[in-house]
Parts: sequence; structure tokens; C-alpha cells
Amino acid sequence: MKTRDLAYVALFAALTAVLGLVPAINVGPVPITAQTLGVMLAGSVLGARRGFLALALFLVLVAVGLPVLPGGGGGLAVFAGPTAGYLFSWPFAAAVVGAITEWTWNRYNLAWALLANVVGGIVVVYAVGVPVLALVLDLSPGVALSTGAAPFLVGDAIKAVVASVVAVQVRRAYPVIERPRRAATAP
Amino acid sequence: MTLALYVPRASPVHRAPAWSELLVLAVGSVVLFVLSSWPVVLGGLAAVLLVGLGVARLPAAVLVGQARAVAWFLAAVLVVHVLVDGWREGLHDGGLAVVRLLVLVLAAAVVTATCRVSEMVAVVETVCSPLQVLGVRPARIGLLVALALRFVPVLGERAARIREAQAARGGATRGPRALARTAVPLLVQLLVLAHTLAEALDARGADAPAEPVRRRRRPRRRASAPGTPSPRP
Repeated sequence: MKTRDLAYVALFAALTAVLGLVPAINVGPVPITAQTLGVMLAGSVLGARRGFLALALFLVLVAVGLPVLPGGGGGLAVFAGPTAGYLFSWPFAAAVVGAITEWTWNRYNLAWALLANVVGGIVVVYAVGVPVLALVLDLSPGVALSTGAAPFLVGDAIKAVVASVVAVQVRRAYPVIERPRRAATAP
Repeated sequence: MTLALYVPRASPVHRAPAWSELLVLAVGSVVLFVLSSWPVVLGGLAAVLLVGLGVARLPAAVLVGQARAVAWFLAAVLVVHVLVDGWREGLHDGGLAVVRLLVLVLAAAVVTATCRVSEMVAVVETVCSPLQVLGVRPARIGLLVALALRFVPVLGERAARIREAQAARGGATRGPRALARTAVPLLVQLLVLAHTLAEALDARGADAPAEPVRRRRRPRRRASAPGTPSPRP
């Protein structure tokens, strides 16, 4: 891993932290935050490996006691809380977004970007977050889905669109992911 | 933005090394779940409050703040338990679950408030040292945390600058469209910045090959220097 990759990883961890300063809307136990935008962008811009590491680094920042979650939250306490599943899902979500992005890199467009961000940034996050919420709160699956997933669908859909639009333009302006080029196209 | 949840005090808890506090936290949480009964849980609560407020002399607001963050969730647990198990059973079991979680959250808050970020990073580096087998260099994690912390204010400043520039040209400053229009130049600027920063770090030797640090051999002393006992008389 090159120093440049480390700098990218730190950058997207910081970006996710800054997105936590966007005021969160509390809906029951799980807040609506802008931070999953950081998850989607990290995967879309950096790819699977570096995206995963960026969000893992973000969780390290949370764990060592920096108030980088919405409303100045942070510290080890959140990992015992009901939203722990969502937090732990983020590195994997970024990795899935990044994997789909890398896989479709040569024909990447808004549609692929949307697919990557919806599958990674929404499906994976819910798939991990909701069961943990249900487990910790002892909720039935139906109740857990209605408190832990349904209120966020609209917000997450908007975030996926924003992340996809941004990712497509960033790819055009400053592509970070490198696909091994075929020998024929090399100059 | 205060960039730490650390509360400085001169107390034995603050002086205790971070790894010992984390160990107590880990063992305590296992004990609470295995021996889940009222005496154990209430004892845990008393111990946390005694250590946090009494010994470490943290302001009560620190603990109240963390408790408030999970209050919704705790109330929901209690309600669900009462609905499922009825009053007597529900209050007993649900109350136990609520107090147990409260103890864990408060204990974690005490650890966070009494350990400096640098100490915690050191613990993280130590915990990650087995990953060296996989080619992870633990010292890099400290560098990463430092880099990320440095990027936070830079990000805010660059974002404000771009937003100003776009407002000056009459662009929208709110809403998802404005967000997308700010985000692209911001990300490109920051990626360039990260690249430049990495080159600067490399120029200063950050990309040194990953070999185990060789212990520097002590310089051989001739005969006996004054005041230092020579290794072989």
C-alpha cells in the first residue's frame, strides 16, 4: 500500500467525519445522517480495498473517542448501542460499492453507479444494521424493519443519487481507481 | 468543535494505562452478560458511578450525555419487554436488560473520558500488531489517524471556499443539487491535495520498506568513559 493510498483512506475517513456535522434527524433510536454518503463516496471513488479501509479508519476514530458521529457522538459506548450494526456494516458496504464500481469501471456510468450505491450503500447497511437492531432491542423482524429501515429509504435514495452523480463526475475529472489496461491500448 | 471526548483530571483512573481500562471494560461486559442478575447488574452500576464520578471526578454531564444518547433505545427495550411478557416479567427482564446496557454504555464513556486519544491509538497499534503477518504496519495506523484529523478542518475550509465561489456566481447554495455541485470540485481538490501530501510524505521517507526496525547497536565505548560502567571490566 502506497503512501498515496494512505492519504486517500485518511481523506475519506475525514470526509465521513465531517458529514457527521450535518445535523441528523432523529427517528426513534436510529438517526438519519449524511454519513452514509461518505460510505458510498468512499467506495465509488476509492474502490473496494481503500473504501473498506477508509470506513474502518473512521470506526477507529469513533472508538478512540473522537466525537465524529452525528451530534458529537463517539467513544466506545456506541458499539454497545442499538446502532452498532449500522456502524459495523459501513466498511463492508463501502467494500461492496467499491467492488461493483471496480468491476464496471470501464463502462461506468450513472446506472452502474446507482446500482453500486444502492446495493452497497443501502442493501448491505440494512442487511447488517436491522438484524443487530432487532437483536439488541429484542424486536420482531417486522417492527425492526419499520423502525430501522423504512424511515430511511427516501433519504438513502437521495444520498445514493447524489453519490452516483458525484462519483461519475469525479471519475471523469480525477479517476483514482485503476483498472489494469490491456496491452493493446497501452501507448 | 472540540476534537476529543477526553476530560482531563488528575486521578488514578486517568493515570491507569489505557489497555488496563479496556481490559476491565471487556471482562466486565462478559461478566454482565453471563451473570445477568439484579445484584450483579446493580453492583456494576454502582461500581461505574463510583469510579466515574467518585474516583475519576468526571462531571456528571459527561455520563448524563451518553445516557441520554441511548435513552430512546432503552425506553423502547422496556416497552417491548412489557408488551411481550406482561407487567411483572417484562419489568423484571426488561429492567435488567436496560440497566445492563446502561452500565456498559456508562463504563465505555468513563474509559473514553479518561484515556487520551494518543493512548487509545497506541492500544490500537498494539492490538493490530499481529496483523503484521498480513503486511499491515501498526505504526501506519497512528499516521492514518493523524492524517484524518488534519483533513477534517481542511475539508471544512475548502468546502466553504467552493460554496462562496459558487454563491458569488449566483449558484444555489442549498439542496441536493448544490451539494452535488460543491462535492465534485471539493473531492477533486482534496484528491489532488492527498496526492501532493503523499508525495511530500514519501519525499520525507514515509515509504521506507517494511522491515522490522533493527535495534541500534550501542556504540562501543573505549576503555571506560567517566561515570558509565563499562560492559566488560
